[in-house]
Amino acid sequence: MIMAMNKAHTVKKGTVGRLIKTLFTFFPVLLPFVLFLVVFNAIVQAAPAIFQQNVIALIEKALKGQKTWGQAAPGIWKYLTVLIVLYVLALIASFTYQRLMAIITQGSLAKFREKCFKKMESLPIRYFDTNAHGDIMSIYTNDIDTLRQMISQSFPQLLSTFISLVTLFVIMLYYSIILCAVVILGMILMLIVTKALGGRSAKYFIKQQVTLGETEGFIEEMMNGQKVVKVFNHEKQALKDFDAVNEKLFEASRLANTYSNILGPILHNMSNILYVLVAIAGSSLLLLDAPNISLSGMALSISIVVPFLNMTKQFTGSIGQVSQQINAVVMGLGGASRIFDLLDQESEEDEGYVTLVCAKEENGEIVETNERTGLWAWKHPHKDGTITLTKLTGDVVLDSVDFAYNPDKQILHNVSVFAKPGEKVAFVGATGAGKTTITNLINRFYDIADGKIRYDGININKIKKADLRRSLGIVLQDTNLFTGTVLDNIRYGRLDANDNECEAAAKLVGAHDFITRLPDGYNTMLTNNGSNLSQGQRQLIAIARAAVADPPVMILDEATSSIDTRTEAIVQRGMDALMLGRTVFVIAHRLSTVQNSDVIMVLDHGHIIERGNHEALIAQKGQYYQLYTGAFELE
Amino acid sequence: MIKTLLKSVREYKTDSIKTPFIVTCEVILECIIPFIIAKFINKLQAGQVTTHDIFFYGIILFVMACMSLFFGSWAGITCSRASAGLAKNLRHDLFESVQGFSFSNIDKFSASSLVTRMTTDITNVQMAYMMIIRVAVRAPLMVIFSFTLAYMMGGRLSLIFLFTIPFLGIGLALVIKNAMPIFRTVFYKYDKLNASVQENINGIRVVKSFVREDYEFNKFNKAADDVRKDFTKAEMILAFNAPMMQFCLYLVMVFTLSFGSYLVISSHATILNVGQLSSILTYSFQILISLMMLSMIFVMVTMAAESAERIVAVLNEKSTLTNPEDPIYEVPNGDITFNNVSFKYSTKADRNALENINLHIKSGQTIGILGGTGSSKTSLIQLISRLYDTTEGDVLVGGHNVKDYDLVTLRDQVAVVLQKNELFSGTIAENLRWGNKDATDEEIKAACELACADEFIELMPNKYETHIEQGGSNVSGGQKQRLCIARALLKKPKVLILDDSTSAVDTKTDAKIRDGFKKFIPETTKIIIAQRIASVQDADQIIIMNKGTIADIGTHDELLARNEIYQETYYSQNKKDGDDHGNE
Repeated sequence: MIMAMNKAHTVKKGTVGRLIKTLFTFFPVLLPFVLFLVVFNAIVQAAPAIFQQNVIALIEKALKGQKTWGQAAPGIWKYLTVLIVLYVLALIASFTYQRLMAIITQGSLAKFREKCFKKMESLPIRYFDTNAHGDIMSIYTNDIDTLRQMISQSFPQLLSTFISLVTLFVIMLYYSIILCAVVILGMILMLIVTKALGGRSAKYFIKQQVTLGETEGFIEEMMNGQKVVKVFNHEKQALKDFDAVNEKLFEASRLANTYSNILGPILHNMSNILYVLVAIAGSSLLLLDAPNISLSGMALSISIVVPFLNMTKQFTGSIGQVSQQINAVVMGLGGASRIFDLLDQESEEDEGYVTLVCAKEENGEIVETNERTGLWAWKHPHKDGTITLTKLTGDVVLDSVDFAYNPDKQILHNVSVFAKPGEKVAFVGATGAGKTTITNLINRFYDIADGKIRYDGININKIKKADLRRSLGIVLQDTNLFTGTVLDNIRYGRLDANDNECEAAAKLVGAHDFITRLPDGYNTMLTNNGSNLSQGQRQLIAIARAAVADPPVMILDEATSSIDTRTEAIVQRGMDALMLGRTVFVIAHRLSTVQNSDVIMVLDHGHIIERGNHEALIAQKGQYYQLYTGAFELE
Repeated sequence: MIKTLLKSVREYKTDSIKTPFIVTCEVILECIIPFIIAKFINKLQAGQVTTHDIFFYGIILFVMACMSLFFGSWAGITCSRASAGLAKNLRHDLFESVQGFSFSNIDKFSASSLVTRMTTDITNVQMAYMMIIRVAVRAPLMVIFSFTLAYMMGGRLSLIFLFTIPFLGIGLALVIKNAMPIFRTVFYKYDKLNASVQENINGIRVVKSFVREDYEFNKFNKAADDVRKDFTKAEMILAFNAPMMQFCLYLVMVFTLSFGSYLVISSHATILNVGQLSSILTYSFQILISLMMLSMIFVMVTMAAESAERIVAVLNEKSTLTNPEDPIYEVPNGDITFNNVSFKYSTKADRNALENINLHIKSGQTIGILGGTGSSKTSLIQLISRLYDTTEGDVLVGGHNVKDYDLVTLRDQVAVVLQKNELFSGTIAENLRWGNKDATDEEIKAACELACADEFIELMPNKYETHIEQGGSNVSGGQKQRLCIARALLKKPKVLILDDSTSAVDTKTDAKIRDGFKKFIPETTKIIIAQRIASVQDADQIIIMNKGTIADIGTHDELLARNEIYQETYYSQNKKDGDDHGNE
């Protein structure tokens, strides 16, 4: 959030053009139509000044000529009819464009949201690992919202102001070039003031947003740790620290609003002064009986000066209106710039072509089938058009794998792992030794730098990522549950699983007992990542979710770290039953979790330093033995 | 609700009251300026203008414009200060209010909703307040003054405005009445939409592992489309506003021009003259713009009312725990007694989290608590430092009911290391001083030695001045736990409670910490919740919790001999000990 806001200062070149172009692609027909209405509306609104004046001129003429109403009426009604027609048209235009603008604005925001979300879902894990989650989030909560005012108000306002300025300008030239020059001079002055004050206002506005981000960060940290604050009687100190941050926000907010608030009266009164100046200039010219220079060639008369004054008012009024949009435009462009940044990210590439299919055995041959048989096969199309089906057995081989998240810091060195079908393979090692990294490579969250990973003999690069991942059930270190019922969350593993299957999975992993004790059992709503459950309960649901997916290969990354050992034993029994004959990778801190593995790999700084089963490693009296006897610390 | 909010104006009262007055001055000037201009133009039209007049009117108008500018800017300054000040005070009050929350209050509001209240909601209120003290005064005044002047200048014809007002009023009321309920629900939906984005960002590994990208996208699309439809509907209703105002303006224009010209000509400018006609036209614009502004304020204030309600809900939230009237400021010792204690988290819950607990712990004892996931171990210990109040029965510390103690005293003397613990951004030393803000460097070092934290702190480049990132993300789980223990030790408490606080610490260090406790803080009652048998097996007593009750209490040997849960737990952790090598 803070980072994102700091970036608000830089708007990439071409953002305006790209934004407008994008909006046109969203609404290729509607948008031009609405813009046409905006222009039409602006012209029509500027025009009545002429007619109004013509009517007044007619009245004056009638008065001078001592005409009766009956004589003057036809002339006046002629103008009035045109005026009424124009008004009706303007009303229709304005009404239609306002309603359509609502559709366009909200439609564009929704499309931007969907575009961003779709893009985000397609991005590689690396993007999420290298960008603060708060920053990504702020695209949805802040940046897209900044477009709202810009699309619905600023853009049409700017366009309509531009049109009315041009229209008024032409009409003014039509009446008097000299007076027009006075107006233009005043306008330039107003623009200078707008730029100076408006610029400052925008500057503090951004500063206010940055400070708001900082304050939000502080509040978030404190609110999340509120229980710790209570336990340590830290309330007063916390409030004191908060006040300091709060004061800064107050100052920035005060300045930002002050500048934008005084810009209005200043421009308004400048326009008053300009009005007076035009009046003085006009009357002086009348007094001096100076010749008029105008497009119409009319001589300067009172019936020209008065409408001219009205137009001056309209003219300067529109500048005032535009000035109110400055902040919206600055913020909006900053937001658009960050939205485009996200949309320009490279999506995850997938050049795989081997797919996962359900299979059954017929006469000793593997045949593809549409039913879920529990038997899987890799469908491998060849260049010559033939297709081979390879039975999925769960034979995973890492062959001399090197890997680095950053080129300058290698994480895995020459790692080789051979997991035979049905084996339970465990990884043990300190934080940062590379345990989780290995699993990240098997499911291709990241791609290896050197070496080969084969799955049932197939290079995993050839397997479609979606199919590869579907074949792997992963329970991750950090449990993430989604808003929805407990049942929904379990079903996340396999969307077509019925309630009984979900419940069976929960029973299998020992989650059934506590779920039935929840207020609504399986229909209990989970919100906020299951904040109403304990860490251990959340892990149990995550395991049930993986169990219902019933995948051929399972990866458990610290999946039972928060579950007490007695419950863990139940989970293990269930998992063992489930995974019978399937390959399981286990990462655990607690050695009791990995003891019964077929192979245990001890990792140290990206090297496998020991491998073997529990008994063999104990006998070896190496690192594992030291860990086991508590002589060595895992950090 | 408004009363509660206004309490937070405090030192910005002067600015808040001043603003409407300054705005009034501004409005008066703003209305008089066109009045004088009209006079000038009348003279001009009558052909009576002299050079002297030009200077006279020029200077008067210039001075008035300058004054109007002065008042306008002044109001701009005071109203910014008043509204930003109100926002500041509200944030302060909200934060303070949360500081006074008990654990059950905290459970009620999620952290993210509190963050929204303190940011977005307060900003909404701030903007609405600014609008109210400035524009809400300005707009009606403008209407009144303009109308008065129009009447003075233009005579009775200006009464036509009166006909537009009820029309506009009804129109606006209808718009607001129809749009508001939609806004109310859509903001709720919108929050949920953002919450689901948040879930996707945090759980992206799960989404990708289960290949649920398309599923999530469809889910999101549906929700986003729902939000779009509602917002569009509401905004389309609001879109009536501008055309409605235009319609009234046009109606007035056409009527004034047609009927006005008839009056002027037929009466030979005796009832109405041309100058009057022009000024009515001028003022009509001003009046309707002001009415429009008023309608915008209505919309804004109604929207902010939602935010205000959410803020007030926190401000009015009474802490469920209060200090007793005549509190005890000293905890005599670490003696703990539970008398028939039952507890549930909310009065609505149908199941007790703790059921009829009776327990006595002698000062200085070490107590272990074991139990399965969800067996209410944490609930039990949270009652000791009165983080929650019991539903039935009493908890006594040092022979006194915990409800009789001063809360600060009690919590200083009963230190809890929470299961879900947090470090805060700042240096290690700053974090540790939460335990005792006056702790000397030596005391900090001693506490860290006891918690076995000094060994890794010393290895860090800046030692105790090393910066901790938000949430302690730059130290490992085990390091974090040890820092949290050290922080609690700095309180020098009479009772120390560790809620699964060494789960990520290796067994050897764990044992070392426990040895240290025995040696250096023998007087302190130590309660240790753990999953590892090794962490509790030396305790004086081990409590076995099961489904909210105490299943058994005894020493390691006693429990191993008779308690099934204990046996199972023991063997699940020491499965192969018997086969491979002898027990340590």
